[in-house]
Amino acid sequence: MGKIRTGFTATGLVFLAAISTPSVLAQDNLTANGIADDRRNAFAFTNANIYQADGEILSGGTLLIRDGRVVEVRAGGELSNGYFEIDLGGRFIYPGFIDIYTGYGIPELEREDANGAAENLFSSDLALNVNDAIRASFRASTAFSPATETRDKFRQQGFSTVLSLRADGIARGTSALITLGDERASESIISPDAAAHYSLSKGTSTQSMPSSLMGSFALLRQTYLDAAWFAVQSPRPFTDESLEAWNRYQGLPQIMEVSNWQQALTADKVGDEFEVQYILKGAGDSYKRADLIKATNATLIVPVNFPEAPEVDDAIAADNISLVDLKHWELAPFNPGILAEHDIDFAITSAGSGDDFLKNLRLAVNSGLPAQTALDAITRTPAAMLGVSEQLGQLAPGYLANFVISSAELFAEDSLLLENWIRGKQHVLVADFDDSDGRYQLLMAGESYDLELRFEEGKHKAKILLTDDESESRTVALELGNDLISLSFALEENGDRTRLNGWPVTGGWQGNGRSPAGELLSWQLLRTGEIEAESSAEEAAESTADAAVPGAILYPFVAYGRESMPQRQDMLIRGAMVWTNEEAGTLVTDVLVRAGKIAEVGNDLSADGVLEIDGSGKHLTPGIIDEHSHIALFNINETMANSAMVRMKDVLDSESINIYRNLAGGVTTAQLLHGSANPIGGQSAIIKMRWGRPSSELLIEGADEFIKFALGENVKRSRSPASIRYPQTRMGVEQVYVNAFSQAREYEKKWNDYRRLSRSQRRNVTAPRRNLVDETMLEILNGERYVTSHSYVQSEINMLINVADSFDFNINTFTHILEGYKVADKMALHGAGGSTFADWWGYKWEAFQAIPYNAALMQQAGVVVAINSDDAEMSRRLNQEAAKSVKYGGLSEIDAFKQVTINPAILLHLDNRIGSIRPGKDADLVLWSDHPLSIYAGVETTWIEGTPYYDRDEDLAMREQIANERARIIAAIGRED
Amino acid sequence: MEAHIKIWFAGLVRLLSGFIAMVLSASAIALVPQPAADQSEPIAIVGAIIHIGNGEVIADGVITFSEGIITAVAAADDAIDLSNHRVIDLQGTHVYPGFVLPNTSLGLTEVGASRATADFEEEGDINASVRSAIAYNTDSEIISTHRFNGILTAQVTPQGGLVSGSSSLMKLDGWNWEDAALRTDDGMHLYWPRLKTRRRNADTFRFETVDNEEYSGSVQLLHSLFQSAQTYTGEPLNLNLQAMRSLFNGSAKLFIHADEAKEIISAVRFARRYPIADVVLVGGREALMVKDLLLAEDIPVIYEAVHDLPEMAWHDTDGPFRMPYLLSEAGLKVGLGGGATGIQSQRNLPFLAGTAAAYGLDPESALTLITKNNAEILGIDDRIGTLEVGKDATLFISVGDALDMRSSQVLGAYIQGRDIDLFGTQQQLYERFRDKYSNQVE
Repeated sequence: MGKIRTGFTATGLVFLAAISTPSVLAQDNLTANGIADDRRNAFAFTNANIYQADGEILSGGTLLIRDGRVVEVRAGGELSNGYFEIDLGGRFIYPGFIDIYTGYGIPELEREDANGAAENLFSSDLALNVNDAIRASFRASTAFSPATETRDKFRQQGFSTVLSLRADGIARGTSALITLGDERASESIISPDAAAHYSLSKGTSTQSMPSSLMGSFALLRQTYLDAAWFAVQSPRPFTDESLEAWNRYQGLPQIMEVSNWQQALTADKVGDEFEVQYILKGAGDSYKRADLIKATNATLIVPVNFPEAPEVDDAIAADNISLVDLKHWELAPFNPGILAEHDIDFAITSAGSGDDFLKNLRLAVNSGLPAQTALDAITRTPAAMLGVSEQLGQLAPGYLANFVISSAELFAEDSLLLENWIRGKQHVLVADFDDSDGRYQLLMAGESYDLELRFEEGKHKAKILLTDDESESRTVALELGNDLISLSFALEENGDRTRLNGWPVTGGWQGNGRSPAGELLSWQLLRTGEIEAESSAEEAAESTADAAVPGAILYPFVAYGRESMPQRQDMLIRGAMVWTNEEAGTLVTDVLVRAGKIAEVGNDLSADGVLEIDGSGKHLTPGIIDEHSHIALFNINETMANSAMVRMKDVLDSESINIYRNLAGGVTTAQLLHGSANPIGGQSAIIKMRWGRPSSELLIEGADEFIKFALGENVKRSRSPASIRYPQTRMGVEQVYVNAFSQAREYEKKWNDYRRLSRSQRRNVTAPRRNLVDETMLEILNGERYVTSHSYVQSEINMLINVADSFDFNINTFTHILEGYKVADKMALHGAGGSTFADWWGYKWEAFQAIPYNAALMQQAGVVVAINSDDAEMSRRLNQEAAKSVKYGGLSEIDAFKQVTINPAILLHLDNRIGSIRPGKDADLVLWSDHPLSIYAGVETTWIEGTPYYDRDEDLAMREQIANERARIIAAIGRED
Repeated sequence: MEAHIKIWFAGLVRLLSGFIAMVLSASAIALVPQPAADQSEPIAIVGAIIHIGNGEVIADGVITFSEGIITAVAAADDAIDLSNHRVIDLQGTHVYPGFVLPNTSLGLTEVGASRATADFEEEGDINASVRSAIAYNTDSEIISTHRFNGILTAQVTPQGGLVSGSSSLMKLDGWNWEDAALRTDDGMHLYWPRLKTRRRNADTFRFETVDNEEYSGSVQLLHSLFQSAQTYTGEPLNLNLQAMRSLFNGSAKLFIHADEAKEIISAVRFARRYPIADVVLVGGREALMVKDLLLAEDIPVIYEAVHDLPEMAWHDTDGPFRMPYLLSEAGLKVGLGGGATGIQSQRNLPFLAGTAAAYGLDPESALTLITKNNAEILGIDDRIGTLEVGKDATLFISVGDALDMRSSQVLGAYIQGRDIDLFGTQQQLYERFRDKYSNQVE
């Protein structure tokens, strides 16, 4: 969403001129090997059904073309001289198709396998970008060479124009718009820089950064900033042809390839940050959240790469197919139709469907995609996206003479593409098609036989029917074409063959041949009527109209997703043992919830009309908060020693089943942290488990910002013998911090100096380069971002406290902090909290002196202590992990339970909103079947802000629904086979 | 609730005074606890809730043992003669048979991430001849943490490759491996090859599952090995084939490690092509899908993935929690092992049983998974697994339900009647820093 700088209407005007519009197509300066052969061909296609831009068919129309361009489309009438007439006899003409996403004629780069090798920290030593994934200077037009085999495949699917790019890198450079005639490269390219391309995959770059999706986003952001800065440097401080090109091609349509709808939303958001509206090349799953895709305002490039039916004959294998894959198999063909229904503009590409393109497009049309939208999506829409609407995409005077001829209405089941005309030149797709399908009478040697002739799969086929009910027949070997016919058949089963040859006559064929005995025969084949159709095109079209989406869309689109979101409810929970985490402690009482907040806690509450829930014999607690989790993320680790620029918010996966599983364990909130591969990791995302909401709505509004630091073995890459990345020792780890914070101070000074300049002074200098790493480090120093630091041994804990003190900020939380018990007094003095494991230890050398009494000892020393999971499984048993603080170290049960509720809330600065049961706080509540520290306790209901996102009874019902839905789809797959 | 805890600690303090060894070692330096001396006098534990380990409980019971062997298990009113016994009155706390941990690398490794401490996986696919017992380190720091939760016997198992070698059953107390061995070479371990493997897709940054191209070659290699072993005459000397005689003469069980349904079918069919008496399935995540085969072939399961995520999003959220119950209901003999987690987390074995109790099994049946059933599956039920006369006095005392972390508090333990020191390095470090901060507070 947001401001659109490069809407395709605007660029259309700008780049129209980029298309070469020669009166002669040939490369003028090319010397012929022989004598000149220039031609100005002119054709008139008469008796045609011509598809027009408004979606109407002009029947009995005439198309005039000359010299590779359309002269006129008109309704019959007199034919002017000078045109060679081709009578189409009622066949159909459609504008030639445009595939806006191909790699046609562009060599791919080879990937080098870097597994196990040392980090590759620098780009190739070329005068290009500091990151090899920024390949903005690549121009497809400089690498393009016609590839006849691929070209024929595109033609066969009806394409006359393709956009070709090299799908490699995060910035991929420009694509070329290419026609698919037989011309040489120079003549085929009609726009050498048609669009600029991007993705979130670094492609064949062997540079370590980025190794994650959030790293890709970070690199994209930083490159926008770098490019903007670079553009105003005069003279350039260094040579970077990638940034030069990046800037040069910003005015082109900007096409971003993503792998799923969630990436589409995030990519669009990043585009908005830099006032770029991407055209999004998706993965065919946008139907899952078409409403959100619509809200981006982006136009899409949509594949019709519908999945093969999953293999379900094997029951064990079928069990290992996810519900998502089953449903996607069923719903993928509905994707284009659903997008159309949401009024989203999109082009359709053959990318991913290849030779099945037309077949799949028909399937999409039979699955709710209006035929006109389908045609627009391969003609007018891509032309508009590329700003070539005045040249391509329809049949009108002056347009390139690109069109296909089909045997019937394009999307009719038995319709065939017969010819593909590209820039006025004919390319025959189906050589021998004629209208000879039908029933015939074969007269031969005084006998008469019934014969049926069909054109199927590109060939004529015939059989002789020996009985009226067609139960017995003989296959005829048939060759038909070029005014010749030959037939051979055996009338007796396994008998000797009769062989006939002949030529067409009115109403059929006739000729001579030889009987099995070698006698010369005369014969005639006379048409008697049509073959009775099994289903007509009209019926197919009718079934299109009421093609209902067969399965429900789920929120989220995964098992245990719901067809509609659960509703927030006002409620009164009566008589439960309530763990308030407040002064009142734990007591049997009532809790009233209104508008998502805890309204009242007390005995014998009354509230008319609200839902009453009997809590007697049960325990009601605040929702569990996991201070350290990595669930619901597409990736965890980026590689740079200082990866402060990456944001876990960019890689939230709202479709992760672990959100639901956490709810089933009573978890309502978690901090999703970057991994521990780097001294300075990425920025955290703090979420509530609002199962079914998109990622942006999982984030806790207004929560303070956090970042992950990490110390010790992981940071030193102790388990990667090949690693060369600084730091390799704890000594180096300290220097990374000192360096990063010092650099940030320098950065701040540069900007302060710049900001202090008067307007006139600023004319002579440029603004400093913005640096997302430094800006993030500055946020820490300025108290706008808080540190959660992974830590193990006492020396490093001490070190980081000292570094923080010397830069005058506080470490908010030490996480893992397994030797926290040794320096708990220092932590308390510094004001750092500890978020630790209950009893994990010994898996690494630095964890060898970890003890399960750690939580109790730190608490004893005055540290705010949380128990965290760092694990998608254990997080759903955090209540049990808290119980271990009773077992090891003898904390009170109330204090132990606080370690997974109010204490982590304090560490996340959310204790004013969550973590205890007090009027005014969010109604994030869990109803337990038993004492919440006991292994025997199960979650009955988990509410977030009064909404029941998990309920045990509903869960049991959903299990049945899931089983039924799976059975339904698997049965449908069985019927397809 | 607070009151409850106070009473609980009072009990703890009172009981501590009965355990001289623990008190003594409180002042020891940070070394692993010293192995206990042989039982010197008959001991009677009275006033106990005795969990026999076979599903039965004696609410107010007496258990006596002498020279390391249980001499009586009875209700209080059975009037057992306790003269010349040292009597310990538990006042209503619990006695359990020592828990049995199958399939562990305990004693074979110290720090997972440190290669120098790794002695559980030999190089190569076929290592029938290697023996875990001789690498078992009685001085491992990890052992005392297991004992602290009531785990007193472990099946120490080599891992990896296709045939990883022989496991041994070790008492978790001893001066050296010979001393600690309860039964050596109890089983030969076969790791069935995986049909699928996982690898990271460099484009999507995500892992994906692909066919294991080496699968059929691996199966062929195994057939060849077992065929050679079955007909091995001793000439020429072949250490691997010689070691595998234990399978054919019945002295060792074959433990097949497999998780996926098809792998389990293939592994069981494989095993049944050779004259091997006892076959055990270890892992068995998808055992339920092939339960009829396991029933028909009388193959017990050591299930491990209790505290694990369901394999598929659509699976029941609590599926792994319920699996011990579902397998038991199916009629299979089920034990629980620690192999699904790292060695240092295997001390939580009792809580796997506790989870089984919370999700379908009654608590005493859940208890048998890590006592009687594990002992039977490992073939050591003649010595341990239940508290019955004539068996080893390998047992422990807990303040509360030992399957629930809320109440598990092991106060004392005996292995063959020897009074085990539970005060390990972790307890020593705890006291050191508890005292440090207590002094600071004062």
